[in-house]
Amino acid sequence: MSFLEIEVDDKRFGARQVLRQLRLGVEAGEILSLLGASGCGKSTLLSIVAGLDRDCNARVRLDGRLLDGPDAGIGFVFQEPRLFPWLTVADNISFGAGLRNAPAQAISALLDEVGLPGYAEALPKQLSGGQAQRVAIARGLYTRPSVLLLDEPFSAVDAITRMKLQDLLARVARERGLTVLLVTHDIDEAVHLSDRVVLLDRQPGPARAEMPIGLARPRMRGGAAASDLKRRILAHFDLDLAA
Amino acid sequence: MTTRVLDLPRDAAGARVDGRRGLRLPRALLAALLLPALLLAGAEIAVRAGAVPANLMPPPSEVAATLVYFAGHGLAAHVGASTLRVALGFLGGAGAGLLLGAVVALHRGARGLLDPSLQALRAIPSLAWVPLLLLWFGIDELPKLVLIAIGAFFPVYTGVTSGFEGVDRKLVEVGLLYRLPPPVLVRRVLLPAALPAILTGLRNALSLAWMFMVAAELIAASRGLGYLLSDGRETSRADIVLAAIVLLALLGKFSDMAMLALERRLLAWRDTHLGGMERV
Repeated sequence: MSFLEIEVDDKRFGARQVLRQLRLGVEAGEILSLLGASGCGKSTLLSIVAGLDRDCNARVRLDGRLLDGPDAGIGFVFQEPRLFPWLTVADNISFGAGLRNAPAQAISALLDEVGLPGYAEALPKQLSGGQAQRVAIARGLYTRPSVLLLDEPFSAVDAITRMKLQDLLARVARERGLTVLLVTHDIDEAVHLSDRVVLLDRQPGPARAEMPIGLARPRMRGGAAASDLKRRILAHFDLDLAA
Repeated sequence: MTTRVLDLPRDAAGARVDGRRGLRLPRALLAALLLPALLLAGAEIAVRAGAVPANLMPPPSEVAATLVYFAGHGLAAHVGASTLRVALGFLGGAGAGLLLGAVVALHRGARGLLDPSLQALRAIPSLAWVPLLLLWFGIDELPKLVLIAIGAFFPVYTGVTSGFEGVDRKLVEVGLLYRLPPPVLVRRVLLPAALPAILTGLRNALSLAWMFMVAAELIAASRGLGYLLSDGRETSRADIVLAAIVLLALLGKFSDMAMLALERRLLAWRDTHLGGMERV
């Protein structure tokens, strides 16, 4: 049995079925990426795992425990930072633990960890997109979850910031021993970050394929092995890297 | 914990705006006063030159003299009576609007039950209530306060319902992710997110409260600015009418400025396109 077990028998939006007979297991400390075209149900799957979408026939087990809604053991970083604009960075980070009990030292350490030292009292309107997403990652980590879900977390930032945030995620996940389920449509990102990649079809059903990424860490970008893995992933989608 | 907010580029821009605020506000005040000053000067000249009959349109200097006279002869009582009516009516109407608006916005059953009827009541012209209120409550204070409260109720009710209903689903999801119980979700997510619409409703309500106060006092009152308006008309004293109008404008403006200051303070977190631009 995997640390995080996901079984989705049926998920529909109205008459349209988006997920069917999908089984996924994520091992403790593993970074698993879900790759697939837009509309294949990747984000919906994360919402189900996070307990935000319960209008479906699905089961999620965390370390053998059947979950029945949002769980303290699971953190979530959304596609957009989703910071509360009326709260400071510190209060946004400690939101899940209650505003009045946030120890300043813990916030400060977390801000150091995500590369935003000294920003505790800043308001979200004072942050750039990349900084806001760093705060969102810090919020996801604050309650010390064992699993971190990320829904295309770096898709809205520029290429350089994206690479920095990817490296941040890889470092934090390794240092904290986090189990990570990452939804992305960026094959380079999936190859760079993951221990394993699962490919989803646009047609609802079991995963199209899964592929272990056996690259050593820390990883360099753009090596021959990574390019080969990218080519193999593209081939699953009937695409050629040279095209 | 050390902070480095001033190092932030956006905040640095904000700090520059703050730095100029001291210079910008008097200029804005001067700009705001320019049009009234020109109008007053134009009116003074037109009346003095005989272009406008002085009994219908007394010169601003005469209106000012009337105001000075009244200041020593019971003006405070009239202003106090009107202000107290507005305050009490506003508190009652806005309080009910906040309560019912929140109930309707947050409870689907209550929405189906109450909202259609309240929307129908909202469509009734304010003066249509007057005969009924006089029949029910006589000509004492109560009908005036109820009429003002009716005027203040609907903008707040509409602001609260539209504010709560317009809260970004994505922010609510964050609250749900952290398993906030419904009352906590309302307090920590829905209420702050809806605050801009609620405060706009409160501002509109306060402005309407002044209007409804005049309507109420014109019908039956022995004190207040509405009474002064009525008295000025009955005695053909246009200067009294205009003095009362000036006072109403000033009181309405001051109360609106107070609401605006409250709004600015409570919504300082907003990232609006106006930035630090001040309205007077």
